[in-house]
Amino acid sequence: MFRRLVPHPILSLVLVFVWIGLVNKFTLGNLILGTVIGLSIPMITAAYWPNRPKIQRPFKIAEYVLVVLWDIIVANVQVAMIILFKREPNIRSQWIPVPIELKSAEAITVLAGTITMTPGTVSAMLSADCNSILVHCLHTDDPDAVRDEIKSRYERRLLEIFP
Amino acid sequence: MNFLAELLISIFLVISGIFGFVGSYGLIKLKDSLQRLHAPTKATTLGVGGVLIASMIYFYAKTGHVSVHELLISMFLFLTAPITANFIAKAYIARNMRAQDLPSSHGAFGWSVYDDPPAGSPDTRDI
Repeated sequence: MFRRLVPHPILSLVLVFVWIGLVNKFTLGNLILGTVIGLSIPMITAAYWPNRPKIQRPFKIAEYVLVVLWDIIVANVQVAMIILFKREPNIRSQWIPVPIELKSAEAITVLAGTITMTPGTVSAMLSADCNSILVHCLHTDDPDAVRDEIKSRYERRLLEIFP
Repeated sequence: MNFLAELLISIFLVISGIFGFVGSYGLIKLKDSLQRLHAPTKATTLGVGGVLIASMIYFYAKTGHVSVHELLISMFLFLTAPITANFIAKAYIARNMRAQDLPSSHGAFGWSVYDDPPAGSPDTRDI
C-alpha cells in the first residue's frame, strides 16, 4: 500500500524541497502545496520507472558531496594554472580507460557526473557492457595515477552508498 | 550593508570573474574540441559558484532572509552540465574518431559508440 502511494520516497522529498526553494519562502501553505506536488508527480509517473534505486548509507552522501566540492575547488586552481602558464605544445591530453565495479545505473551516472564536474577530466563514454568508463584528461603525465585516484576517491565511496 | 558583507561579496565576485575569464581564455588557447570541452566545466563550477555565493550574502545582508534560489541554481547546473559535456564528447568521438584511436576498454565489449551492448541487458530491451 505504501509502495503504491509513495513509489519514490526520495523523489517526493526532493520535490518538496525544490518547491519550497523555488517559492523561496517557508510557509505552511507552501509546505502543503509542495507535499501535494511531491506525492502526485511520482504517483503519476510511476509507470515509467518501475525500479527504485537502493541507497545503503544515506549519511555517506554528505561525506561524498563534501569531498567532491573540495576536489572541485582544488582542481579548478590546478586547471587554471595549466591554461594560464603552460605552453600549448606542452599540454598532453590523454584518454584514460577506467574499469568500474559499480553496477547500478544511478551509481554510474553519479560517478560520470563527478568525473566531469571535477575540472581536468571529462567522462566521455561507457563501454557497451558498462564495465569501464572512458575519461579524457586535459593534462597528465601519469594516467595510472589519475585512474587510481578516481577509483579510490570516488568509486570506493560510491560503492558504500550504492550496494 | 556593513563593510564585512561588502568585502566578502567583492571577494567572491572577483574570484568568479577570474575563473570565468580563465575558462573563456581556455576556449581560445586550447587546440581541439575535446580540450576546449574542459573550459566550460570550470566556468560552471567555481565561476558560477562564486557569483551565487556572493548573491546569497548580498540578499542576506540586504533583507535578512536566506535565499535558496542560488542553491537550486547550482543543483540544476550540477545535474545538467555533465550531461551536456558528455553529449558533446560523444558526438565528437562519433564524428571524428575511429575505434583504433581510442585505448582498449580492457573488457569483452568495446566502447558504446562502436559496439552493441550484450544481449539481454536493459539497453537492448524493447520498450
